[in-house]
This record gives sequence, C-alpha cells and structure tokens, in this order.
Amino acid sequence: MRDLSLHVLDIVENSIAAGAKNIKIIINENIEKDVLTLTIQDNGKGIDKKTLDKVIDPFYSTKKIRRIGLGLSMLAQATKEADGSFNIESQKGKGTAITATFVYSHIDRKPIGDMAETLITLVATQGLNVDFIYEHHKNSHGFIFDTKSIKQELKDLPLNDPEVINHLRRNLNEELEKL
Amino acid sequence: MRKLKIGDLEKIREKVRRTANLRQGKARAKITVHMGTCGIAAGARDILSTLLKEIGKKKLKDIIVTTSGCAGLCSREPMATVEITGKPPVKYVDLTAEKIKKILNIHIIKGNIINDYVLAIGSERTH
Ligand SMILES: Nc1ncnc2c1ncn2[C@@H]1O[C@H](COP(=O)(O)OP(=O)(O)OP(=O)(O)O)[C@@H](O)[C@H]1O
Ligand code: FES
Ligand SMILES: [Mg+2]
Repeated sequence: MRDLSLHVLDIVENSIAAGAKNIKIIINENIEKDVLTLTIQDNGKGIDKKTLDKVIDPFYSTKKIRRIGLGLSMLAQATKEADGSFNIESQKGKGTAITATFVYSHIDRKPIGDMAETLITLVATQGLNVDFIYEHHKNSHGFIFDTKSIKQELKDLPLNDPEVINHLRRNLNEELEKL
Repeated sequence: MRKLKIGDLEKIREKVRRTANLRQGKARAKITVHMGTCGIAAGARDILSTLLKEIGKKKLKDIIVTTSGCAGLCSREPMATVEITGKPPVKYVDLTAEKIKKILNIHIIKGNIINDYVLAIGSERTH
C-alpha cells in the first residue's frame, strides 16, 4: 500500500465484511512525542480468542474465494518498518479494535495520504448502512467527522447524493488543511 | 473537539431538488468496484473517486456506486462490475481512471459494452 489512508480503507473493509454498523477511525499525530497512532474500532462480529493469534498471518483468511489474507499483515509490516507497534483486540460478538503506531519522523513511516478520499469512498458506498466517526488530532488541534450527526443535519437529503458527497469532500479537505 | 458541520445546507438542498432524487427514482445501473486488499493496492480507490467525481459533474442520479470484497483475481485488479437493469452483469478488469470514465460514458450512459476491457459477461454476481 502506498500510504496509510489506503491501509485504513482496507482495514475498514474488514469491519464491513464483519457486519459492523458503527466504525470509528482515529488518527493522532503527536509530533512532540514523535508518535503517529491509528486506531480503528468496529462493532462487527468479532474474532474468537483462538483465532486472534492467527489473523496477522498472511496465510490466514476466512475468505471463501481465495485463502490468503494480506490486509492485517501488511499493516503490521508497515508499523514494523517504522519502529512502531501493532495490536488487535477483539471479542466475539462485540467487535474489534486495531491499533497501529509509528515513529512519526521515521524515514520509512508511510505518509498519511488522502484521508478525505478514503472517507468519501466509504461514505458514498456504505454510508446509508454503516455509520462512521473519524477523529483526527494533530498536537492540540483536531476535528470530528460523524456521519450520524451529518445525517441528522441533512434530514431528508440522502448522504450519498452526488451533491452531498461533493460538499463533504470539500469540507473534509478544508478541515484537514487547517490541521 | 470541533465537529464537522455541513453548513450551506440550503444551497445543497436547492441543488438536489433541481435534479431527480436517488432514493425515489429506481436505479438504472449499479457499478461495483472490488475493494479487496489487492484491489486497493492496485488503485481501486482512485477508480471509485473518479467515478464519484464524474457522476457528480454529470449530475447522474440513477446510478448506484458500491463496493465488494476480494474477487479472487489479484493480477487483474482493479476490477469493477457493471449491472444495467435487465441486462447481464459485465466484469471489467485492469482498470485505470481513463478506462472507467469511458465505461461510464459509453457503457453506462450510452449502453454499449466496451469489449476490449471486459473479462466476462453474465458471470456470477459478486456478492
Ligand atoms: N474487523 C474484523 N472483524 C472480524 N474479523 C476480522 C476483522 N478483521 C479481520 N478479521 C479476520 O481476519 C482475517 C484476516 O484479515 P486480513 O485483512 O488480513 O485478510 P482478508 O480480509 O481475509 O483478505 P484481504 O485483506 O487480503 O482481502 C479475515 O479473513 C477475518 O476472518
Ligand atoms: S486475494 Fe483477493 S484479489 Fe487478491
Ligand atoms: Mg482484509
């Protein structure tokens, strides 16, 4: 994967495949401590204890069509390359939380990439069925993007209408630029 | 922390009102972009963004864009399946932004399949 925003899209696809209805993505750029943290939490079907140790093995997958699973192992690898850490916690029936950390200034730390486009992709294709919260912190600044409250604001307008999507893309890019 | 607000809602509402509504009207076509890990690594998100932007520009309201997981054909990603109501699904492979624009204009809007990009027609559905 070229950058972290593509990893996020990929990891969130796992959550959607696990039937999650609420997905929270948090990016925290702590430049003082030189740490970048990425967290993805979902309320999907979860993973049992026995399986949890196996999921970052590239040869473990519950996919039926092709029995390799690269997504988690690739993110784990990306954290290793930047002297970070990878952690996955899950409870069967409750959900899954993935935390990836990176040394912020590490030369091999992948760039964050285009988070606006990742979020727009998710909202436009899954936004009617799944709610997303995105938090982005950078030092003492930050913002929250919450599709539940956006839907309330929109009332009868569908979240995936092309005009709404264009508008949200613009808003997200503005917020990200301010950070 | 500050929550992102839509703002400008009336302007958007007005714009939406001027065109038909996605939910009310029946969709005429569905495009499914395969978003498995291989697809994403090969550029599936750019394919999807290009589609969304073109659909936004052209104000097309009767087209559903959705995603599906791994299609089991890593080397032919990015892939997308086009389903026009009443017609068999068409699976396109090795996509680029330029190709998906052509598929939108020529296949989805005008109804002519672009055979050069096709892997299969009428194969099993992707979900
Ligand atoms: N959020 C999640 N909730 C429940 N199960 C999960 C979740 N994330 C991963 N898994 C399980 O872990 C396995 C491995 O995930 P991984 O992303 O590495 O590969 P994959 O999704 O199977 O395939 P690929 O990512 O290559 O398309 C999945 O098949 C699934 O069983
Ligand atoms: S493993 Fe699914 S397309 Fe490659
Ligand atoms: Mg995966």
